[in-house]
Amino acid sequence: MTDETSKHGSHKQVEGVGVVTHAHVHHDELSWIRKYVFSTDHKTIGIQYGITSLLFLLFGFTLMMIMRWQLAYPGEPIPWIGSWFGPDNAPDGIMLPEFYNQLGAMHGTIMVFLGVVPLAVGAFGNYVVPLQIGAIDMAFPKINMTSYWVYYIGGVTMLVSFFLPGGAANSGWTSYAPLSVIATMGQTAWLIGMVFLITSSLLGSVNFIVTIIQLRTNGLTWMRLPFFVWAQFVTAFLLLLAFPPLEAAGVLQLMDRLAGTSFFMPSGLVVSGVPLTNSGGGSPLLWQHLFWFLAHPEVYVLILPAMGIVAEIIANNTRKPLWGYKSMVYAIIFLGFMSFVVWAHHMFMTGMGTVISTFFQTTTMIISIPSIVILTAFFLSLWGGSIRFTTPMLFALAFVPMFGIGGLTGLPLGLAPADIHLHDTYYVIGHFHYIVAPGTLLALFAGIYYWFPKATGRKMSDLLGKLHFWGSFIFLNGVFMPMFIQGLAGVSRRLYDGGQQYAHAQGVLQWNEFMSISAWCLGLAQIPFIINFFWSMKRGKKVEDNVWEATTLEWTATTSPPLAHGNFAHIPDVHRGPYEYSVPGGSRDFTPQNERA
Amino acid sequence: MNIPYTSTARPDTGLYNAKLGIWLFLGSEVMLFGALFSSYVLLRVAAPAWPHGYELLNIPLATVNTIILISSSVTMVMSWASLMLKQFNKYKMYMGLTILCALAFLVIKYFEYSHEFIEGRFPSTSSYLGLYFTLTGLHGLHIVGGIIVNTYLWGPGSKMWQTDPQRFTNRVEVAGLYWHFVDLVWIFLFPVLYLL
Amino acid sequence: MNPDHAEDIKKSVRKYIVVFVALMALTVVTVAISTMHLNVKAAITIALVVATIKGSLVASYFMHLISEKKVIYATLILTAVFLILLMLLPVSTYLDRVVH
Repeated sequence: MTDETSKHGSHKQVEGVGVVTHAHVHHDELSWIRKYVFSTDHKTIGIQYGITSLLFLLFGFTLMMIMRWQLAYPGEPIPWIGSWFGPDNAPDGIMLPEFYNQLGAMHGTIMVFLGVVPLAVGAFGNYVVPLQIGAIDMAFPKINMTSYWVYYIGGVTMLVSFFLPGGAANSGWTSYAPLSVIATMGQTAWLIGMVFLITSSLLGSVNFIVTIIQLRTNGLTWMRLPFFVWAQFVTAFLLLLAFPPLEAAGVLQLMDRLAGTSFFMPSGLVVSGVPLTNSGGGSPLLWQHLFWFLAHPEVYVLILPAMGIVAEIIANNTRKPLWGYKSMVYAIIFLGFMSFVVWAHHMFMTGMGTVISTFFQTTTMIISIPSIVILTAFFLSLWGGSIRFTTPMLFALAFVPMFGIGGLTGLPLGLAPADIHLHDTYYVIGHFHYIVAPGTLLALFAGIYYWFPKATGRKMSDLLGKLHFWGSFIFLNGVFMPMFIQGLAGVSRRLYDGGQQYAHAQGVLQWNEFMSISAWCLGLAQIPFIINFFWSMKRGKKVEDNVWEATTLEWTATTSPPLAHGNFAHIPDVHRGPYEYSVPGGSRDFTPQNERA
Repeated sequence: MNIPYTSTARPDTGLYNAKLGIWLFLGSEVMLFGALFSSYVLLRVAAPAWPHGYELLNIPLATVNTIILISSSVTMVMSWASLMLKQFNKYKMYMGLTILCALAFLVIKYFEYSHEFIEGRFPSTSSYLGLYFTLTGLHGLHIVGGIIVNTYLWGPGSKMWQTDPQRFTNRVEVAGLYWHFVDLVWIFLFPVLYLL
Repeated sequence: MNPDHAEDIKKSVRKYIVVFVALMALTVVTVAISTMHLNVKAAITIALVVATIKGSLVASYFMHLISEKKVIYATLILTAVFLILLMLLPVSTYLDRVVH
């Protein structure tokens, strides 16, 4: 992504009275390394996060596509690439259970921590937030750069773990003790990788919060912020305060694995007939508490930026203000807060008493309310709108019912009695994937199609975009809808043969092949996107600065791409709310945020 | 490119960026140590038996360490106050004292740990000792971090006093906030691990 | 406190000395009480009360929290709420567990 306008930027000096752009006169040209590798510019860092996370998403998805072969055809040699995995993982190309578990644990870890969050927060947040608030960069550009490279190191650590003796981590992305404590070396690499990733996340979240509080331009009051910025703001608080307990837990698990402590190891454990010699007295549930204290807010980290993106695109493509902006803001703040009080609904089956399980069940039911408020607001925002079915809008529209399904299927899981039957079954996998895959991922694609013209000055092809959309939408449902059927039948998750050995699973096993074929077709459906993404960078249709005729500052106050140095020729002042579309009496059907009253 | 409010306060919040940043970071540190304290609570409540600190650890030595660390907190805030009073030499003295106190703390910790190891008491020996070593070890790592930052601000970093005194003073204030927090953690660690 | 006024700083320095003396005294107190080997509940309560007082002094005066801005207070209150949840709920879950 080259910035041909950077030369223009360096010549635009201090403009009129009262406008501060550059305080210096001379601008040294940075070396290639300082400009594109170790850059402190939020736009470059955003793109670095974007490309890296998309690659990790593709890799994590590939792991699943390989797993789905085993689930569809248990015991059959993996075609074409079966010999690549070596005799330790897949002798004669037939996947061993240990390898399946590695693929499973790493699929979850990579998708959540290396894929979705870096894309949603690191890429979209970094690129768009400063532009939307009229800032020349994030508050701490060097910390921003550090945050990316620490993420990169964490990612490399995770990838390298596949090549350790015993392979990668294989105790689920949840790394429950005591299994994770006695697991192979890959688990240590997982823990070290997590320490890096958590550090990256903490640096980033401090940056986002300070930037949004301190660097909003004149006139940009809290209730004039684009909903996308609110979403990133709340998300940053979740990351800031929820991650440290997992970091602590990671340290404790490293101590258990490497120093022989027993924080999570109960007394009297016998492994393969041999009693363990550690001191015992530890609590596996302690790990679960500390893990889920993070991991529950983490799932809101996965969804909040997506809601922010969908909000922007729906307002823009209905040509009317978002319905219930204020309610949505209060809802998202309440949602962020509540996300810290529900975590043990992941632990209903651990021998919990009725008092505590009632508490967590209640908070879990309460937390569904703000989500419903936001979803309803999206839905009502469509009413009476002049809907433009642009490619971003297709993805954003699909988000609404898909997130609806994901959210509604969560309700039985949050109710302890129903959870007795559904816990650790495919129903759970279906529930959370509906939210993250047809939910968040579709929203992230929407964001890519939406902001690609801003970052490059060119539009992505609508034809390829629509192919990508329909293929993804159809096959995402194909993969995940049958999971509810299997889950309700009682098929457990994390079974390397997809439930073949269980009598209660026999009636629903035929869905495995269907889901696998859907998954592979889903993979094929991404090809138009990959081609589109790279081809359009160089050959996409060149478009004007505000191609979507949007109201927010990133569209109305900067070029496409934005000026490399300082983003704005004139730092904009804000005079109105973020979604002034179709204002009565206006000459156009949108009024930019920085247009005077 | 000048980011606004790096040295001067933003009018409506009354804060400069790094001050807000460090308090947010300290919030996350509260959750980090809080999780370890929470682990301590759970493991101790669930344990059939739990040793007293005075049975296994050297209370007088740890008390000395507590006094040293609190003193370093005073010298740290005095170093910032000296900069506010434009007394750079006094700043150097107080910051130097802070670093020395911190090093002394680590030396005493070294003696504490080696004594435990000689007595055959390791993190793996019991839940109590596991928590003791992990909690004080993580705290010790934070002290090391503080020493590195403070040494930088005492040495090569102090050149900024010539070019941008306001920004340098803010840096020392921010480093001070971190250092006081490290002291604060110890104020809770000391009684919990040694005295109860 | 206007940081530009030397008088204000000098007043603060006096406060720092007072707080330092108080912290020393409280350290002596908490160690002395611990030698009395009270029952566990009393020992924990007293130790935590003293520690909280000491911590509050460090936070209020060394960290200037007593005259800080609303944004900082809001962040800390939010953190405190989550910290309390993290301290109370895991052990409560243990205490409420099903025991056969």
